[in-house]
Amino acid sequence: MPLIDIREITKVYQLGDVSVKALCSISLSIENGEFMAIMGPSGSGKSTFMNILGCLDKPTSGRYILEGTEIGTLGRDELAAIRNKKLGFVFQGFNLLPRTSALENVELPMLYYGVTAKERRDRAMAALKSVGLEGREHHFPNQLSGGQQQRVAIARALVNNAPIILADEPTGNLDTKTSEEIMELFTNLNAESNITVILITHEHDIAEYSKRIIKFRDGCVVSDEANVRGAKNYSVIGSEGQSNKGFDTLTL
Amino acid sequence: MINIPSTFKISFRALRVNKMRSALTMLGIIIGVGAVIAMLAVGKGASQKIADQIASLGSNLLIILPGSTSAGGVRMGAGSQPTLTMGDTEAILREIPSVADIAPDHGGIAQVVYGNQNWATGIRGTTPNFLNVREWQLASGRAFTDQEVKSGAKVCLIGQTVVDNLFGNIDPIGQVVRLKKVPFTVIGVLAPKGQSLTGQDQDDIILVPITAAQRQLFGTPFPGMVRIIHVKAKSTEDLFDAERQINELLRQRHRIGPKQENDFTVRNLTERLKTQEESSKVMALLLGAIASVSLVVGGIGIMNIMLVSVTERTREIGIRMAVGAKTWDIRLQFIIEALTLSLIGGVIGIILGVGGSKILSAFAAWPTIISPFYVLLAFFFSGMVGIFFGFYPAYKASLLDPIDALRYE
Repeated sequence: MPLIDIREITKVYQLGDVSVKALCSISLSIENGEFMAIMGPSGSGKSTFMNILGCLDKPTSGRYILEGTEIGTLGRDELAAIRNKKLGFVFQGFNLLPRTSALENVELPMLYYGVTAKERRDRAMAALKSVGLEGREHHFPNQLSGGQQQRVAIARALVNNAPIILADEPTGNLDTKTSEEIMELFTNLNAESNITVILITHEHDIAEYSKRIIKFRDGCVVSDEANVRGAKNYSVIGSEGQSNKGFDTLTL
Repeated sequence: MINIPSTFKISFRALRVNKMRSALTMLGIIIGVGAVIAMLAVGKGASQKIADQIASLGSNLLIILPGSTSAGGVRMGAGSQPTLTMGDTEAILREIPSVADIAPDHGGIAQVVYGNQNWATGIRGTTPNFLNVREWQLASGRAFTDQEVKSGAKVCLIGQTVVDNLFGNIDPIGQVVRLKKVPFTVIGVLAPKGQSLTGQDQDDIILVPITAAQRQLFGTPFPGMVRIIHVKAKSTEDLFDAERQINELLRQRHRIGPKQENDFTVRNLTERLKTQEESSKVMALLLGAIASVSLVVGGIGIMNIMLVSVTERTREIGIRMAVGAKTWDIRLQFIIEALTLSLIGGVIGIILGVGGSKILSAFAAWPTIISPFYVLLAFFFSGMVGIFFGFYPAYKASLLDPIDALRYE
């Protein structure tokens, strides 16, 4: 069973009388432990796709099965629980709570699910340590550099041991050197902790870290290929022949 | 699972960020709660004052006065017709079960002389029951006995004002005073009662056995006549029954025909005071209700600020939703924030309200009474206001779309 199984999902936005097709029928599956980059120009539907993957949005039609759970039938609070347990988010703009210490930002996902104060603290400390921010737990976001803020965000994504990290242009606001550090962090998390990393980027340098690159254009997947450079432990995907049929050029 | 302590922590932090704004928002609640407490304290003070007067009058009191005479069209007013007797007094106590006690009263104003001092005061001839009927205590000495009433002993009980004017620092017990030149021995001093409802000094009084008053001091057109009968009913509920039965009994005893008017009047003083007390209570509630309007206005202020706060913190809401906050997590966060505002405002309002009442008492000499129940009630209401007016902004926040919220700049 794939970690993520997406079957013929579409997304149509209704803007007044005009309906805009943001995603044409997309099917693909993502296995546990993949490191995938989604590329495409703006307006290509990659963010819409990411929102659906992140259970923040629902497809207009089609099925999305995450670890065997049918997402389409879930209510608002059930989706919130899925986001909490299975997904970690990393955003371009970091999205940390202002005037809130790094530690409390990392504690945030545990706040809503009955984790005791002590356990919250311990786990948040451990997560901050694992992203190399030991000693900065009590700094506020405005006292941290961009790279450090993004590390706090990654620690927040890790703290609930979610199997998947969704990163939406995580290096978009960072300089090249810091971007490399962040990408190495993702690579390590993927290799050592077997966390599935899915990231959106429009930079080829960043996409090169991944093991699989999917390209979007006009709401459709135009290519889905293994990235040999980054693919140290790459295993063939889509082997069930289920995904991407028809409009996808699978070049291995 | 909702984490209440953390949520309170979050809301305190959010309120600290905008100190000025939080303070101004609280001001509405502070004024509302303060006004409610001060108004209720003033109202309760007023009704307590009347209740005290009822107590000083003697509770459940009826007064029977003789009727008026008219001679050639000139009506002489209540009490001008000598119709009440000792016999009436005894009959009322004997035959009407709702009457607890009764005291006749026959007297007038006379000059009292002690040594070289003299003083005009009201003298009442009565029985020892008078003290019970009017709920009057003795400050010192003893009351006269039934035996002394029967024998017409020349003894008297004197009120505090009389003591002050005649005796100064001398202990009056055992001293002899002259009432209309008749010597009377002082055997007791009445405890002070203060002013009556109409401002009369109730302590300017001398009590003597009714027989002594009738025979030695004021005389009667016929033996056994009394000027006033004081009646104590068994309970407030019995007052009306007692009044009706006294009317029937006296009409029968005085042989008044069905078409004739009464030659006596029964006055229900307690009832009259109770009515006043009720109306002052209603007034207190009315004042409280008016003050609570400002509490509602304060609540609207909270709602206003919470709506602004939700808009300002759209992105924060988005982040919280993205990491797994559920509908009620978001909702409670904002409700608790509004609750925190209103409760802090409520506590400050209580302090100001209590302080304001004390100042009113001290400077305007209004009696005020702070009832712990009303304080709790005001606190509870300020909390309810917070929850009620916080709910809509919280509801709005909880319905935000996480994607839009995350994108909000």
